[in-house]
Amino acid sequence: MAEVLLPRKMEIANDPSKFGSPDPLHVLAVDDSHVDRKFIERLLRVSSCKVTVVDSATRALQYLGLGVEEKSVGFEDLKVNLIMTDYSMPGMTGYELLKKIKESSAFRQVPVVIMSSENILPRIDRCLEEGAEDFLLKPVKLSDVKRLRDSLMKVEDLSFTKSIQKRELETENAYPVHSQLKRAKI
Amino acid sequence: MEKLCDYFFIYFCPNLMICKNLFIGIAISNKLYIFFFSLLLPSRRVERAMDTLIAQLQRRFCDFTISLYHQGFLDDQFTELKKLQDECSPDFVAEVVTLFFEDCEKLISNMARALDQTGNVDFKLVGSSVHQLKGSSSSVGAKRVKGLCVTLKECCDSQNYEGCVRCLQQVDIEYKTLKAKLQDLFNLEQQIVQAGGRIPQVDI
Repeated sequence: MAEVLLPRKMEIANDPSKFGSPDPLHVLAVDDSHVDRKFIERLLRVSSCKVTVVDSATRALQYLGLGVEEKSVGFEDLKVNLIMTDYSMPGMTGYELLKKIKESSAFRQVPVVIMSSENILPRIDRCLEEGAEDFLLKPVKLSDVKRLRDSLMKVEDLSFTKSIQKRELETENAYPVHSQLKRAKI
Repeated sequence: MEKLCDYFFIYFCPNLMICKNLFIGIAISNKLYIFFFSLLLPSRRVERAMDTLIAQLQRRFCDFTISLYHQGFLDDQFTELKKLQDECSPDFVAEVVTLFFEDCEKLISNMARALDQTGNVDFKLVGSSVHQLKGSSSSVGAKRVKGLCVTLKECCDSQNYEGCVRCLQQVDIEYKTLKAKLQDLFNLEQQIVQAGGRIPQVDI
């Protein structure tokens, strides 16, 4: 019995997507300033995040598949854990980008952080009311990014742990005899 | 480089009169001359000489860095940039400041052109350019440039043409001064590394 069941169990154990560690956070950063883009990209990489950087809100929407012609095909697998955007950008501002993201069904759950060099309270309030996760004053510090990452990782870990538990439960249900054998220590 | 060669030969001269010409013919790069010294000279003497050289360079580096902060050229943000530099990204600071100086050139040129249109100055354009420049200078820790941008923004908001022109000239001078100083700093770093030393951590 054990020989028949073991290979199946090993198959599951060797599949990294089932029992591996959580993926690094994928952050989409949006800023029209070349200097700031380079800076935020480095901040995020140093904090062990996967980074995609774009230079405008329009390009951010295109990347997410929320462009002018809404394409839902091919974007289901796109996993973005956090969007960090500059507030003042030519064309579409970070605030307008925030609104568009919160209006979309696919990405409204993704936390959006606004960055700005200006400490304008009504602006901060408006962004937070629209659903921004946080508002960071530029220049952004490494400690800000680490704090964000840690709070998001907790959420990811929680959902990851739940998915592990779910799979373990499914395995138990599929091979009840095996689990009996396990308990019998054969 | 020649001065350093002379320094070494004056110190070690008695034993190496014959070798000197050979050496001068061969030494093309800093690394090559260090290599040849290690072959020609007793290794302890070489080590001591190099240690002295490295220590001198490191002292110059520390003093120069501290002076840049004390004179207000750089602020804490520059320190933050240095924290992000490591073996994986050894030229990060140099790359960011290069982008910053490119920004300076482009934005100052845009503002100068706008201010040139006497009687029809687009203060909005000047305002948005100086806002961008202020942001970049803040991100790299260019304290003096940032300060001047604040003043320039005020002149722009009050549509003070003379003030804008004067301020813009100062911004231009200031960024060029900083560029020269940072170039000197990077050159010092390079000399330390090539001499086989470690770039010291400077506590401001």
